[in-house]
Amino acid sequence: MRRLEPLLAPAVFVAMVAALWLIFMVVPTERQMGIVQRIFYFHVASAWLAYLGFFTVAGASAVYLWKGSAAADRAAIAGAEIGVLFCTFVVVTGPIWARPIWGVWWTWDPRLTMTLILWAIYAGYLMLRAFGGDDEAVARYAAVLGIVGVLDIPVIRVSVRLLHGIHPNVLNQPQGSGLADPKMRLALYVASIAMLLLGGWLAMVRMRQERLASELAALRRLAEERA
Amino acid sequence: MRAALAILRKDLRIEWRTKESLSSLIVLGVLLLVALAVAYDPTPETAPTLAPAVLWATFVFTGLLGIQRGFLVERENDCLAGLLGAPIDPAAIFAGKLAANLVLLAAMQAIVVPLVGLFLHVDLAASVGGLLVVLLLGNLGFAALATLFAAIAVRTRAREVLLPVLLLPLLVPLLIGAVKATEHVMTGGLAGARDALGVLVAFDVIFTVAGWLLFTYVVRD
Repeated sequence: MRRLEPLLAPAVFVAMVAALWLIFMVVPTERQMGIVQRIFYFHVASAWLAYLGFFTVAGASAVYLWKGSAAADRAAIAGAEIGVLFCTFVVVTGPIWARPIWGVWWTWDPRLTMTLILWAIYAGYLMLRAFGGDDEAVARYAAVLGIVGVLDIPVIRVSVRLLHGIHPNVLNQPQGSGLADPKMRLALYVASIAMLLLGGWLAMVRMRQERLASELAALRRLAEERA
Repeated sequence: MRAALAILRKDLRIEWRTKESLSSLIVLGVLLLVALAVAYDPTPETAPTLAPAVLWATFVFTGLLGIQRGFLVERENDCLAGLLGAPIDPAAIFAGKLAANLVLLAAMQAIVVPLVGLFLHVDLAASVGGLLVVLLLGNLGFAALATLFAAIAVRTRAREVLLPVLLLPLLVPLLIGAVKATEHVMTGGLAGARDALGVLVAFDVIFTVAGWLLFTYVVRD
């Protein structure tokens, strides 16, 4: 893992440049929506990464409650931060795309509502971490929230269907609509890989920083005892 | 089971002797209801359509405070430490607290719901059966999640803000389900509310079980 980290930074750079080149130079302009549709590739890739982050929180939290391993706790922190960061990308790129197409920045459509709720749940998670206090009890509380948050996802998904919806479902549409050009699909995949590498790299840096912080705290305690 | 009943009895006895939580919840509930109704400024025709949203917004905010109080009381004189030191399963503490909170919510609603009917011109007599079903399902899921997170929030530094910040986004599906179900019950009947009731039942089952299982990790020291 540690040897992988220095390789990831250049990999992120290459993948990002490739994704941008595909999105702006290669992919044809979408017929109905025009140029603004090009935001779609990073929008959807970010959404996938956000979910990956949230599910990482739940998995790592379960391991932490079960085994009590500090590494799992660090993975949960990193997962939550990555999830919230990429979810922020989704809720920022969404309105930029929506405004020229729907005429409004925001609507209470099922998917938009769901993304915003998930963002709020995990922003709350980060608040609990930041303002809960600094004993290991907070790590346990956060783990409980991390698990409850993911359990909430299917219920949110079903409940928002009771709202009125207009969000397109691009990937699962019948032939002739959605991603008409195969290059569009390629661009989406490359953008996703770029986001995945970026998220993975950030998570690794964050976990290393947390590990060093706890080592430093332990050394400081030791020094105080000796003094 | 016996331990859970003992905790329920203890909480109800405290409440019966002080009447602190219930009286403040009812007053707060009525005030919120009035504030929301005034803010909407409805005509006699639009008033009934506001009722479901006003009803559940009122319950969420009063319920949050009431359930948090239930744990703040335990902090005084270190009662929580005594409760945790007792040779009982933490899940029994969860069950007892949950039951006490359900009684508290129901008592508050017994006053607030008729007032919503009165202020917003809803004919409650026609839909009382369906309304009871929606209230019971909504209360269970709400109280289960709120009990779990109130136990977390009272033991953190930023407790007053943290409970709503953590709980409100998690409660959104319950809120959607409860408001939609109430809408259907008030206009048609239980049949139209099937999807919304499904959401409530799923929420109740998932979070009662999750609270029951996870509460141990919250209170363990």
